[in-house]
Amino acid sequence: MTPDDLLRKDSEWLRGTGPNADIVMSSRARLARNIDKIPFSNWANKVQLEDILVQVKEASDEIDFLKGSTFFRLKDLSEVDRLLLVERHLMSPEHAKDVEYKGLIVDPKEIVSIMVNEEDHLRIQVLQSGMNLVECWRIIDEIDTAFSKVLPYAFSAKWGYLTACPTNAGTGLRCSLMLHLPALVFSGQISKILQAISKLGLNIRGLYGEGTEATGNIFQVSNQSSMGMTEEDLNDNIDRVVNQTVSREDATRKSLLAKSREALVDRVSRAYGTLKSAHIISSTETVMLLSAIRLGVDLGIVKNMDRKMVNELFILTQPAHLQKIQGRVLTSNERDVKRADIIRERLK
Amino acid sequence: MQCDSCGKKEATVHLTEIVNEKVTKLHLCEDCAKAKGAEMEEHFGLSDLLAGLADLGSSVSPEAVSAVKCQSCGFTYQDFKKVGRFGCSECYEAFRKQIDPLLKRIHGTNRHIGKVPLSTGPAGPVPEEKKNLQDIKSLKSLLEKAIQSENFEEAARLRDSIRDMENKNKSGGAAK
Repeated sequence: MTPDDLLRKDSEWLRGTGPNADIVMSSRARLARNIDKIPFSNWANKVQLEDILVQVKEASDEIDFLKGSTFFRLKDLSEVDRLLLVERHLMSPEHAKDVEYKGLIVDPKEIVSIMVNEEDHLRIQVLQSGMNLVECWRIIDEIDTAFSKVLPYAFSAKWGYLTACPTNAGTGLRCSLMLHLPALVFSGQISKILQAISKLGLNIRGLYGEGTEATGNIFQVSNQSSMGMTEEDLNDNIDRVVNQTVSREDATRKSLLAKSREALVDRVSRAYGTLKSAHIISSTETVMLLSAIRLGVDLGIVKNMDRKMVNELFILTQPAHLQKIQGRVLTSNERDVKRADIIRERLK
Repeated sequence: MQCDSCGKKEATVHLTEIVNEKVTKLHLCEDCAKAKGAEMEEHFGLSDLLAGLADLGSSVSPEAVSAVKCQSCGFTYQDFKKVGRFGCSECYEAFRKQIDPLLKRIHGTNRHIGKVPLSTGPAGPVPEEKKNLQDIKSLKSLLEKAIQSENFEEAARLRDSIRDMENKNKSGGAAK
């Protein structure tokens, strides 16, 4: 499998199905693991870093769930290819920097990806469509257990899994859910909800945009603490809080539809019209309009598109994807034109 | 629109910066935005936040603490305060006096009660102890349930069993 192959196929987590998939776009579990007796990746020497790459690669070859997966040496990929992997949520932006000794394992369905030599030796990640942390945990637990049969993990009975950064120690687990909350944003309830969520020991931030703005009304919720709770309880904790948020968003959508149907239909239709006819469009505007379209699809206002199409457009319209599709490096202005082309093509 | 920084190229990146509730908008060209992005990353990161917590709970002078060194990888506590990351897994043991209060501040606790790996290095539990740990884990989750259902007699019994097992682990010596 090459990065080009990824471009031509569907990711499992973009299907737009699964529990509460209208509001919860995707679920992710991530485990941080290190091999005992080897310094953490930022402090290890070249020989040790190579050794980690080899050990992880060999161990992964024996794991059933990873059959058919590809091991990428990031230094062998172009910059655009690496950015493509970041845009597809298969690795962190940090992993795309200083790539000499970095690796990435990706399974063909893009459910599992494993970063090798990010700040920890292994960062195992499992993505699922919809609200499905239980399934994420089931898969990641199986893979992690399989690795632990071969790799001697750095572990302390007291502190749990030892990680480069103490914020990940203990379970090494970070679970996150990506939420689309347009109704809570339109109705002005969002700031209260964000405050409440952060008081409950969870992190919440906008996926796109920066500061207090969440472009596209997409938010990511994750656990702050990774120690002192079992993995199941960590998952359960997020599920409970997010369930409340989901029902609030759902109720608000229904009330908007009942009370201000025309305004809502107007908003969605204008977004659709713009995307369908624009010839130059920025990434920020795209994300904002796609958010309106996604709401329109969820509420049955937009009938000729499905969630999967909208989800894919969020990813396809990002810089590396545009450049891969075009087959060459594009300037920012050229990308705005290409982006509009692709969207018009898809909405035909 | 021209770039606010170089004034030459077309601005294509639009940044909103919020400092002390004051909102500043910046319109930059791609090159200046990249430079600005790198600068912002350098300015503030997790390590700065951690450094603020890193001096907690120590009665020894900060200089003496900073000089504490991990014998395994040579990392000093000063290094940790600079980058917010440890050098190797042995650093946890080397800096344990600083780490316990730090973990408590980050996670609200400094005890792991989750999954236990099948194979670990010498830092991990020996086999019987591992089984013990898994038992403790399941007892703790039973304890939580007992408390939730206000079954306090059962909770007290479970609490005592957990304490016994934890003491047994400690006297075993190898557990950390």
